[in-house]
Amino acid sequence: MAVLTYREALNRALDEELARDDRVLLMGEEVGEYDGAYKVSKGLLAKYGPNRVLDTPITELGFTGLGVGAAMAGLRPVVEWMTHNFALLALDQVVNEAAKMRYMSGGQFSVPIVFRGPNGPAEYLASQHSQALESYWAHVPGLKVVAPATPADAYGLLKSAIRDDDPVVMLEAEMMYGLKGEVPDGEFLVPIGKAEVRRPGSDVTLITYSKPLWTVLEAAEELARQGFSAEVLDLRTLRPLDEEAIYASVRKTNRCVVVTESWPQASVASHVAWLVSRNCFDRLDAPVELVSGEDVPMPYNHALELAAQPNVPKVVAAARRVLYAEG
Amino acid sequence: MADKKTLGGHDKKFLMGLLESMHRIRAFEEKAGQMYGLRKIGGFCHLYSGQEAVAVGVISALDLSTDYVLTGYRDHGHALACGMDPKAAMAELYGKAAGCSKGKGGSMHFFDAGKHMLGGNGIVGAQIPVAAGVAFAQAYRGRLSGSQPTGATVCFFGDGAIHQGAFHEAFNLAGIWKLPLILVVENNQWGMGTSWKKVSSNEDFSAMAGAYAAHGEAVDGMDVLAVHDAAVRAVKRAKAAGEPALLEARTYRYKGHSMSDPQKYRTREEVETYRARDPILLLEGRMEEAGLLSAREKEALRAEAEAIAEEAAAFAEASPEPAADELYTDVYADRESGETAPSEASWQS
Repeated sequence: MAVLTYREALNRALDEELARDDRVLLMGEEVGEYDGAYKVSKGLLAKYGPNRVLDTPITELGFTGLGVGAAMAGLRPVVEWMTHNFALLALDQVVNEAAKMRYMSGGQFSVPIVFRGPNGPAEYLASQHSQALESYWAHVPGLKVVAPATPADAYGLLKSAIRDDDPVVMLEAEMMYGLKGEVPDGEFLVPIGKAEVRRPGSDVTLITYSKPLWTVLEAAEELARQGFSAEVLDLRTLRPLDEEAIYASVRKTNRCVVVTESWPQASVASHVAWLVSRNCFDRLDAPVELVSGEDVPMPYNHALELAAQPNVPKVVAAARRVLYAEG
Repeated sequence: MADKKTLGGHDKKFLMGLLESMHRIRAFEEKAGQMYGLRKIGGFCHLYSGQEAVAVGVISALDLSTDYVLTGYRDHGHALACGMDPKAAMAELYGKAAGCSKGKGGSMHFFDAGKHMLGGNGIVGAQIPVAAGVAFAQAYRGRLSGSQPTGATVCFFGDGAIHQGAFHEAFNLAGIWKLPLILVVENNQWGMGTSWKKVSSNEDFSAMAGAYAAHGEAVDGMDVLAVHDAAVRAVKRAKAAGEPALLEARTYRYKGHSMSDPQKYRTREEVETYRARDPILLLEGRMEEAGLLSAREKEALRAEAEAIAEEAAAFAEASPEPAADELYTDVYADRESGETAPSEASWQS
């Protein structure tokens, strides 16, 4: 078992899939000569050449749409967005083209494409470069959305996404690219649509995904010190949601906190909280709690930007509220 | 004995094919308009009447076993010119299961995978980057095997779409990556109710090709032979050198932007001026002059096109509605059985 960084795990997945299937190609800003804005594509241009690893102009709508057409014509493009912030310029091509092509054509066309890049707050980047936009994608039928939090999942989910016949949006995070974790040596896939219990527990379920997993695991540790057994469920895929895993955990603990770094209104987390409230109502011992990013644009000042995000005290406090152990 | 006479270098068989195709589109659109009036067809319905020479002229220059066509929401003419079965087209307008998109697309979303007709796109200009991607796949496959593009892709759009960023971004990509993409702007002079001149800083659209170091050409969009010949040149270059092109076809739509358009922005006289240069009449007149079309043949083509449209409407009328569980199919590739996803089930219960 090798220890890889999150970026190395993504790189390995891309490398293997490019080698495995010549319909796979990578395009995006700085993915080639520069080796990737975050070095995810390091060495791939040298290995696979400019026909398959393509530097694009800074035209997110254009190259995202081009990827959609290439996928309709049978290729399997991986489109790297330098960040999800910039992907808003390409929203139409993802929502109106990629996601709907199969349906509008009565099932005649597949769009096997992966859109991927960092999402969520980083550090000192202010409002336009530091936001969690997954709700935009998770809202749309026809898309699949994955949000791996570990190097192993980053590897296994990216490989699954590339082989999937539907458009998949993948959420990475600038702050996670250097994160190290064990990745099994042989080839493996992580199935899309399957959550994972990261820490078993019996008193409260903490549901999260992507980078906040690490905050939530710390919070679970702190709760253990305080005498509470928290189960941590990592959704890993945001669409389709692994509802069975969510309900199985909540029906065991009878209490639930959902943690996200995105804004609270109309978010993946608020939807999960609603599903739990509706489908586990008889088993809940307390109303479902939501810990989200604060409902403000991200400020530049470091103390303020940290205050805008979920942290261990916020998660612990929310867990104690559903445990009726406040104060 | 075969007729040796030609017109503009084209033989009678080819010319009759063009005429037949334009007649069929015209008759189909007339029937669609009529059925819309009878409320058999709903929603937005954009008719192609008047612009037939553009779709027919360009698509007759393609080999649809290897080439592809994409268009916007005024897509009936392009689909029919690609060879889509008029019955499937009309059934789609009726929202029936036998429609070309199983009744899920409607007027704006005609698709025919077998005929390489890749839609039918309702967002102005959004099909242009997608078309660039199809052309990219053709170039990509060629490059991987060390050869030319495997075909060319034609993208139709209107004068309203040419100012979208999507056009400019896609054209630039086609230029840097040498994609076999032929962009055909159908300048019908009205972007819904806005005159193209009012919103265009350059009234020569074909000149925009220069911004991307590509070939640009303006052509009389009412003259099917001029359109065809220009398309042949563009397709040849695209396939040989991966050179994108922009063709501006000056044309005119006889009907409103959609069926709900009262057309207060233009005069009856303006419409009549263009009807006098009707693409069907124009070709018929030239063929008659060249001794390539008899009165009997002319009438037969018209009658046959009307009969096909009539038959298509009868077929659509008699076709069944989609099954209720079709609502949930075709969303994902791995969920094709009509079963509902867990989340959908829990929302409905």
